[in-house]
Amino acid sequence: MKNFASSHTVRQYGGIVAALIVLCVIFSVANPRFLQVNNFLNIMQQVTVVAIAAFGMTYVILLGEIDLSVGSIIAVAGMVGAQCFAFGLGFVPTVVITLLSGVVMGGINGFVSAKMRLPSFIVTVATMGIFRGVVSLPTGGLPAPINNDTWLLLSIDDLFGVPLMVWILAVLFVFNWVLLSKTVFGRRAYLTGGNREAAIYSGIRVDRLKIVIFMISGVMSAISGILLSSRLSSAQTNSGMGYELDAIAAAVLGGTSLAGGAGSMIGTLLGALMIGVINNGMNMLSVPYFYQLIVKGVVIILAVWLDVRSKSSRA
Amino acid sequence: MSPQPEGLSPPAASPGHVTGAAPVLEIHDVSKSFGPVQALKRMELAVTPGRVHTLLGENGAGKSTLMKILAGVFPPSGGTIRLNGKDYLPRDPKDAAAHGVSIIFQELSLSRNLTVAENIYANREVNRFGFIQDRKLNEDAAQLIRDLGLPLDPRARVADLSIAKRQLVEIAKGLSHPTRLVIMDEPTSSLSDSEAEILFRIIAKLKAQGVGIIYISHRMDEIMRISDDITVMRDGEYIRTLTRDEADINQLIALMVGRPMQDIYPRRETPAPAASVAPVLAVNKLNAAGLFHDVSFTVRPGEVLGLFGLIGAGRSDVMKAIFGMLPHEGEIQVAGKPVRIASPSDAIRNGIAFVTENRKDEGLVLAHSVERNINSVALGSFANALGFMHPRAEIANAGEEVRRLSIKTANLNTAARNLSGGNQQKIVLAKWLAIKPKVLILDEPTRGVDVGAKFEIYKIIRELATQGTAIVMVSSELSEILGMSDRVVVMHNKKIVAERQAAGLTQELVMRDAAGVDSE
Repeated sequence: MKNFASSHTVRQYGGIVAALIVLCVIFSVANPRFLQVNNFLNIMQQVTVVAIAAFGMTYVILLGEIDLSVGSIIAVAGMVGAQCFAFGLGFVPTVVITLLSGVVMGGINGFVSAKMRLPSFIVTVATMGIFRGVVSLPTGGLPAPINNDTWLLLSIDDLFGVPLMVWILAVLFVFNWVLLSKTVFGRRAYLTGGNREAAIYSGIRVDRLKIVIFMISGVMSAISGILLSSRLSSAQTNSGMGYELDAIAAAVLGGTSLAGGAGSMIGTLLGALMIGVINNGMNMLSVPYFYQLIVKGVVIILAVWLDVRSKSSRA
Repeated sequence: MSPQPEGLSPPAASPGHVTGAAPVLEIHDVSKSFGPVQALKRMELAVTPGRVHTLLGENGAGKSTLMKILAGVFPPSGGTIRLNGKDYLPRDPKDAAAHGVSIIFQELSLSRNLTVAENIYANREVNRFGFIQDRKLNEDAAQLIRDLGLPLDPRARVADLSIAKRQLVEIAKGLSHPTRLVIMDEPTSSLSDSEAEILFRIIAKLKAQGVGIIYISHRMDEIMRISDDITVMRDGEYIRTLTRDEADINQLIALMVGRPMQDIYPRRETPAPAASVAPVLAVNKLNAAGLFHDVSFTVRPGEVLGLFGLIGAGRSDVMKAIFGMLPHEGEIQVAGKPVRIASPSDAIRNGIAFVTENRKDEGLVLAHSVERNINSVALGSFANALGFMHPRAEIANAGEEVRRLSIKTANLNTAARNLSGGNQQKIVLAKWLAIKPKVLILDEPTRGVDVGAKFEIYKIIRELATQGTAIVMVSSELSEILGMSDRVVVMHNKKIVAERQAAGLTQELVMRDAAGVDSE
């Protein structure tokens, strides 16, 4: 039984772990500083914003849906935070309101898709634009500075030598891992993603499930938005642009099936790490940004191809 | 053709070959292995022009493997195949069709969003410079459909058709090019009797044209009716070939399962509940516009109610309405109390379980494990109050159901798609048994299930009834309805037309009801 479990784990994550190791070896040979503990924490910190959004994205993709509005929700959340502080609210109420804004935006995505029976791809393409427009409403397109110390410390402070952001990432990883793999809710998500008709006949209220899952995606993106605006010390109208694609890439690299029904939080975390390692390693080698884009794209295709191939050869 | 190794038959005929005429297809010593798994061993078969040669065997006996070899899906590992005396090794299904071999699949291989005509001529559309000539396509399809006598509209979208109609499209597709050999894989499994009759007329026509036919079916009555030759397979091996006149049902079943079969239907051990027992489910004047009208019936605890009707009579829609999948008017009572059922979760809360007719689309998550599928309905009962799953309770329940229903699977983590049809159906049953249903609705519970597994499913149904579950069994197999039911309700043209006690009931009588013929 133990043996089976381990071989199963190897099959599930073997490809991406191997790819991660290969990349780390290449980068360490090219630049010895890559392999230091500090750099690892640095990668984790850089990865956090995308990884948290990718946790939310994992539920969405698992359900056989997609959420393209993630990057825009990240920006709106930062702006909501900045406006709350400008209004004179304290840290805690601002965090609560910001998270609620994520719930509302995700809820709109889920509700429109479920109740108006529109594909989530279309709905979130539309809300990606709508939310991006909403960011600029309070300031007319200008950045809004944030000067709440607690908010700013989120991306600066350490706890036991580990950056606070990495702690937040760890806590959210555990939360989402438990929710997806240990609860009735998670089982329903897998079941519905695997076969929606069968889920309906099994008594699962699939519309409600979809709305809740988009709300989770919204709230995770809002947390990403808080952390990103903390790092930038301001809310910017173009922040988080393109993050939805990194979040999707992280989930898919981690083995989440775009067809629905398969995937895991561990995989998504590994996928996000992989993207982080590629970015960080190439930065340390001073590879120009446009080359980075090209390399990243090629690596994603290779990794997913290897993964798909290793799984199908077992069948 | 080389002489038979055992040397039991005269040299002129090899095993699998019964008559003197030159065979259209000869299969000799054909094997196929997938890695360590030997799916087909030393297969022998000879199909004569103008005769129906039935392949008989349980699921897993190797029939589908043989079909796929003939269709060019994969090559054999060894042996010879000759078509009209020439070596035959199709590269792919298109090549098989070019050789005049037509294959009518049971697995529906249609594109749901295309029309009937587009599906029939898929991949070889009439075109001029690559542009499809829609009108010609539809005319050709209409002509073909008329020739075959099929009740189809070439312009209808496949997604809008019933499963039975889709199977008819599959048949038209298989016969849309010149053919010398037709292979039919369980073509009647989703057809009602009247549609099956259309198919049998087509088969008779093909025979008259000298086409050889390989026929695969699990329905013994139709096998005895339309076959000329019968070859029995078991565990990937050739067992024996008989002519129709030599064969009898019990002998065939014995050859197929490798042991004598006493009865097809398990006997009732306790008497059916008396008429005075209060019903657990009562349906009163149920209506759904255009789908069914004024449907009323009751089921008592421990009773098996058979619901028979031709396809299109509205049987499945009634069941869907009772299960909350279709908006409806009228009254549904459970255990004497009126209940409102607007969704499957309402039905489940009231103790109603529904095994639908389409287990692959509606019953299972094929990619998920046996365990996950078995536990998918009663999820909450394997979790604590906060919604955290107890993995041990999940494993225990799945393990127990696998043992109780003798589901044949390598382990609980095997994907459902790797199991045979019968074992998949048992998984669907198992997931519903977890809620301990008061009323169990079964829609075509043995469709695509082999004889051995059928008997086991019947035994499970009997056992549940004995324990007091009320069972509503919808089926288009008359013998199954008569063999299992205590009482039979017949639907015709979206209404209930008859209700009869099963004792002394004959197939003819039920068929007359279902066909709308006035008896008495």
